[in-house]
Amino acid sequence: MSRYSAINLLRNALGGHRHWPVVWRDPAPKPRYEVVIVGGGGHGLATAYYLAKHHGIRDIAVLEKGWLGGGNTGRNTTVVRSNYLNDESGSLYELSLKLWEGLSQELNYNVMFSQRGVLNLAHTEHDVQSLRRHVFANRTQGIDAEWLSADEVRAFCPILNFSPGARFPIRGGSLQRRGGIARHDAVAWGFARAADRLGVDIIQNCEVTALKREGDRIVGLETSRGEIAAGKVGVVVAGHCGVLAAMAGFRLPIESHPLQALVSEPLKPVLHTVVMSGLVHVYVSQSDKGELVIGAGADTYNSYAQRGSLGIIEGTAHALIELFPCFSRLRMLRSWAGIVDICTDVSPIISKTPVAGLYFNCGWGTGGFKATPGSGFVFAHTIVRDEPHPVAAPFSLDRFTSGAIVPEHGAAAVAH
Amino acid sequence: MSSQPFRLATGGRIDRQRALCFRFDGQVYWGHPGDTLASALLANGVRLVGRSFKYHRPRGILAAGVEEPNALVRLGEGARAEPNTRATQVELFDGLVAESQNRWPSLAFDAGQAGDLLSALLPVGFYYKTFMRPKGWWERYERLIRQAAGMGRAPQGADPDRYAKMHAHCDVLVVGAGPAGIAAALAAGQRGARVVLADEQAELGGGLLAAASLIDGQSAGDWLALALATLRAMDQVRLLPRTTAFGYYDHNFLGLVERVSDHLAAPPAHLPRHRLWKLRARQVVLATGALERPLVFADNDRPGVMLAGAAATYATRYGVRSGKRAVLFTNNSEAYGAAIALADAGVQLTAIVDAREDVRDDWAARARERGIRLLAGQAVVAVEGRRQVAGVRAMRLGPGADQVTGLPARLECDLLMMSGGYSPTLHLYAQSGGRLVWDPLRACQLPGEARQAVHVAGAARGSLELAQALVEGTAAGAQAAAECGFAGALPEAPQAEPAPAAASLRPLWLVPLSQSSGGKRFVDLQNDVTAADLMLATREGYRAIEHVKRYTTAGLGTDQGKTGNINTLAIVAQKLSADIAGLGHTTYRPPYTPVSFAALAGQDRAPLHEPVRRTGMQGWHEERGAEFEPVGQWRRPHHYPRPGESMHEAVARECLAVRQAVGVVDASTLGKIDIQGPDSPKVLNWVYTNAWDRLPIGRCRYGLMLNEEGMVFDDGVTARLDQHHFHMTTTSGGASTVMNWLEEWLQTEWLNWRVRFTSVTEQWAVAAIAGPSSRALLKDLAENLDLSDEALPFMGVSEGRVAGLPARVFRIGYTGAQSYEINVAASHGMALWLALLAAGEKYGITPFGTEAMHVLRAEVGFIAVGHETDGTVTPDDLGLARLCKTSQDFLGRRGLARPALRAERKQLVGLLTDHPKTVLPMGGQVIDRAELRPPHPSLGHVTSSYWSAHLGRSIALALIKGGRARQGERVWVTNDGGLAPATIAPARFLAPAEAAR
Repeated sequence: MSRYSAINLLRNALGGHRHWPVVWRDPAPKPRYEVVIVGGGGHGLATAYYLAKHHGIRDIAVLEKGWLGGGNTGRNTTVVRSNYLNDESGSLYELSLKLWEGLSQELNYNVMFSQRGVLNLAHTEHDVQSLRRHVFANRTQGIDAEWLSADEVRAFCPILNFSPGARFPIRGGSLQRRGGIARHDAVAWGFARAADRLGVDIIQNCEVTALKREGDRIVGLETSRGEIAAGKVGVVVAGHCGVLAAMAGFRLPIESHPLQALVSEPLKPVLHTVVMSGLVHVYVSQSDKGELVIGAGADTYNSYAQRGSLGIIEGTAHALIELFPCFSRLRMLRSWAGIVDICTDVSPIISKTPVAGLYFNCGWGTGGFKATPGSGFVFAHTIVRDEPHPVAAPFSLDRFTSGAIVPEHGAAAVAH
Repeated sequence: MSSQPFRLATGGRIDRQRALCFRFDGQVYWGHPGDTLASALLANGVRLVGRSFKYHRPRGILAAGVEEPNALVRLGEGARAEPNTRATQVELFDGLVAESQNRWPSLAFDAGQAGDLLSALLPVGFYYKTFMRPKGWWERYERLIRQAAGMGRAPQGADPDRYAKMHAHCDVLVVGAGPAGIAAALAAGQRGARVVLADEQAELGGGLLAAASLIDGQSAGDWLALALATLRAMDQVRLLPRTTAFGYYDHNFLGLVERVSDHLAAPPAHLPRHRLWKLRARQVVLATGALERPLVFADNDRPGVMLAGAAATYATRYGVRSGKRAVLFTNNSEAYGAAIALADAGVQLTAIVDAREDVRDDWAARARERGIRLLAGQAVVAVEGRRQVAGVRAMRLGPGADQVTGLPARLECDLLMMSGGYSPTLHLYAQSGGRLVWDPLRACQLPGEARQAVHVAGAARGSLELAQALVEGTAAGAQAAAECGFAGALPEAPQAEPAPAAASLRPLWLVPLSQSSGGKRFVDLQNDVTAADLMLATREGYRAIEHVKRYTTAGLGTDQGKTGNINTLAIVAQKLSADIAGLGHTTYRPPYTPVSFAALAGQDRAPLHEPVRRTGMQGWHEERGAEFEPVGQWRRPHHYPRPGESMHEAVARECLAVRQAVGVVDASTLGKIDIQGPDSPKVLNWVYTNAWDRLPIGRCRYGLMLNEEGMVFDDGVTARLDQHHFHMTTTSGGASTVMNWLEEWLQTEWLNWRVRFTSVTEQWAVAAIAGPSSRALLKDLAENLDLSDEALPFMGVSEGRVAGLPARVFRIGYTGAQSYEINVAASHGMALWLALLAAGEKYGITPFGTEAMHVLRAEVGFIAVGHETDGTVTPDDLGLARLCKTSQDFLGRRGLARPALRAERKQLVGLLTDHPKTVLPMGGQVIDRAELRPPHPSLGHVTSSYWSAHLGRSIALALIKGGRARQGERVWVTNDGGLAPATIAPARFLAPAEAAR
């Protein structure tokens, strides 16, 4: 009865749904674990899952200071795609996208990965050149990408603004059909449930207050629920990675900013793909519940407070109406912010650190959700082997001193 | 004409003299000014107004205000349609059109209600447990799920209405114009503070609009009228009805939305529809009232089950009885007021079912005086009727409220009023960072420690009694004013007659199911979340309150759980045997109620979305039918087609004119920064890679700017006008970035430097003339301007007059042809342009656009930021390492020193296609094989690619790994149709006519 399937749903219905097992246990922390993952978001839970599944390690704890998936995992706009510019990024995000394509079955939890396509709009000559460059690059990398003319964009998404008075007329767009959206909470819950089944201890309401070292080696953690010894520690805490790095005694080339998102009231289906525009600066999809899910910009100041300013929301609203005039009278239902960790080159860090046995996975900035399974997959490898997974190697911490950075400014719609 | 069977003969604040006609689902009804759509529907006996989200259950009107979860309608038609609109907040106007939502084919017979029958198969979260096989089928299942989900339909077409924004400051913002808010505004206003009083309703007064008590010896209505008149007479007080404070941000900054003309049948053209107020208040008083909670019992969602306070409001404020025969089900005494109000209005009260055992307070006495039967210690366990309440059953409640016993008593009614207690409206308080603390006695959250300059008064802090609200409001208003420096005598609080003594409430979060009846007990009516759903979620391990919310969707509807959230919290706590306080609560996020995107955007739409910047010559370009391209906020002429001419023909003609005669381009959009002060050369030495100390006065130099990583982010020519005075130019798109970059360094690192930057981009109009005849043309127009090579050499600048206009002339260019950039005051731009065209006629002057400019600069191998650079390109990559000084430091130098930036990198080269007519696509990937088998490593990409009419072939620039050492090598470039072979060549196809010495 513990497997999820239509048959078991029917059986449970007959039993009044009284016999569903708990999704994950609620264990007290043990005094020692072979590997401790700090951060119970999607990336941390995926790391624990792949450690247990592929590397045979079962003595694992995931420590979460609040509730599972309560950080950026539960706050993002759920876009999944792999159409990045650099080969290094392409390999990482495509690995992830391939995992997405079988994730519901892998986890036996429907993460509702909906490959409805991700459409990037071009409004200027410069946009056209830049997006076509992405298309050519992706095809060379073996990643699906199509260029759509303005007419093709119109046929694909007719409610876009094609009026002659448009401030930024649509000149075409790039489309990744395999991209789409997924249900963010389900990703955290699905990985947590699957990791729990493999023996991983998922410990919520457990905040790390200090990292314990012996010489240059990590030996454990102090937490709000007592001391925990650890052979290895993987830190996956997004916006708060700078705080954990400070506990470990080093600094990261990362800034933390509030990034806002918002949803409309639920509507009958009206938008059937994901639309992004770097120039008009907004991205939109429609959730299965019917809400328009809208990505706003990052506030320019640094902050750990999970709230942003009204000005960003206003800018997003007029961008939204510029792209979709028929959304004007709809209403914003809810807005919120997450704290995103942005590297100077807008690429992530998946890396060993100056402290032996301590590994960091951070810097996913404004777009980490799509990488969730791939990030956990390569980070688990990096922790176990104490050397980067080949796909993660370009994302080591030393790239900032070597200069071998992986610039993906285009991905974040930040003008160079 | 207007038969309204449920309209009371007297009473209410409606204008019975006038009748308003409206339509709901095609049927014509009548109401009165002062009605809401909800009150008018009730007056007409319309009970069924909507269908629920998941089970499509029939739903009626639950509330009389903002918290309404059920009565959502699609208001208006066509491009003005507005889905998901709460009927309780729509002011009725003549000709209003509304329709119900989420039903097919009709509201009465909705096919979707099959979901209600299948609900055993659709427990909370069922979609996480199935639809996984066959793999790849999710999108098919999803299509069906999406069709069933959603609520209203989006409007079609662009919004025809106008919107506005207002920035404002005040000393004291009072949110909520009920008794506490009015008292606060009076107190703060009397002390002299600048006050804004905002209330979401059309009529200010809140609870006073339906209150029966006396204040200062007058009726509540008379006192309210006097108080409002007093406030209106104060110059520094602004009243904002129909205005919802929806967001409380940092530093006492609030967003408010005013619905200016939604209530008008034919709004005058000068009025915006909504106005967004962005208000900074020194102090805020939240007098936001409280929301009544439903009770959670079987079939508590049937049309005709209504909040007690709402039924009273409909009777006293709108003169509408919500039923003929009513039962009140309550766990508190305050709700007795509603029963009594209805009884006094002529509604037959069958009974009051009170969960409390022994009710012997003033309220009970008043009910008994009216002969209302009291069933103490009982609870409603069943509701009869599907589309309309037809009666209820009550049973005795066990001592722990965990079971019901005895035989059910059937109570005849068509209206069931319910009251589960009151939740202070603390959404804004929580948004402000204020803490909420659980009060077990009053069974509600109360404001705890504040984080911002904010006070809470009245029902919002649990003080339900009118007299107390007035006292608290006065104190809060006076205190807020005092904290802004407005002292003076303490204003006297208005005196209300004391309320009847009330016994305390008995928390009753979940009414037990009776063995016989069963039924769904709804917690979140809009999202169809039941108590059983909450329990299943906790059984499955979703125990954090945020997990419960997200797994069950409780509180995620358009009402944001205003009626359901506290019940959810309490039921989960009960189920987990936990303390409610320990469970925490979900975050209250802005907006308090949904806000139209249009209001948030305000006037910043269409042409005002990123207003277009215009040069002095823009009108000419438009008249000439130029094709434009957006560049930053500008629209620059891309080319000037002649009748019948294609883009390629036009560009070729423009290019040849420059190479053979003379062309003119509007270069006004280039960024221009005036730099003055003795430390100016020091600044240039830091921000540019080359050295600037020894640049003579009257001469210009080209420079590259790098970011900290060592990557080129802008370039341009800067001229020395005087010892301590420079004129910097930047790219058109990069002007503000460069300005910010300079200011950031000046303000954070170079604090004591004597230098100032002024953006002068819009102060100068620039016409650049280029071509062999450019000097001759300029000579014809120049006065006091020596154009000899000695006086004005290449890369020189001089001042004089051109066409009679004071001008600064730079002998620089971007096309490789001999060129002059003539700068005149922006207001002289058109005069200069016309003079150049007139005088240039004999030389064959040709205006050219940005496309020709790019072709010309690519021919001579000049880089364009954004083409050859993309934030990853160093000066050496561009072949410009010579521009990096070795003797001095500059911004980006340390970044450049890193080893990976010295290894083999992509370098700028030219590409010549095998077939001269093949123009490579920009962004095409360069590979080393004649066949593409992905994944294939890329050598680089095409950065610029054009047809050169002058050379009679295509040309391209590309960044290619180790490119400079691969001259002559064959490569292949991905093209739309396959691969195009090409040969690596130098990054210059034509020697410029003038070169720097």
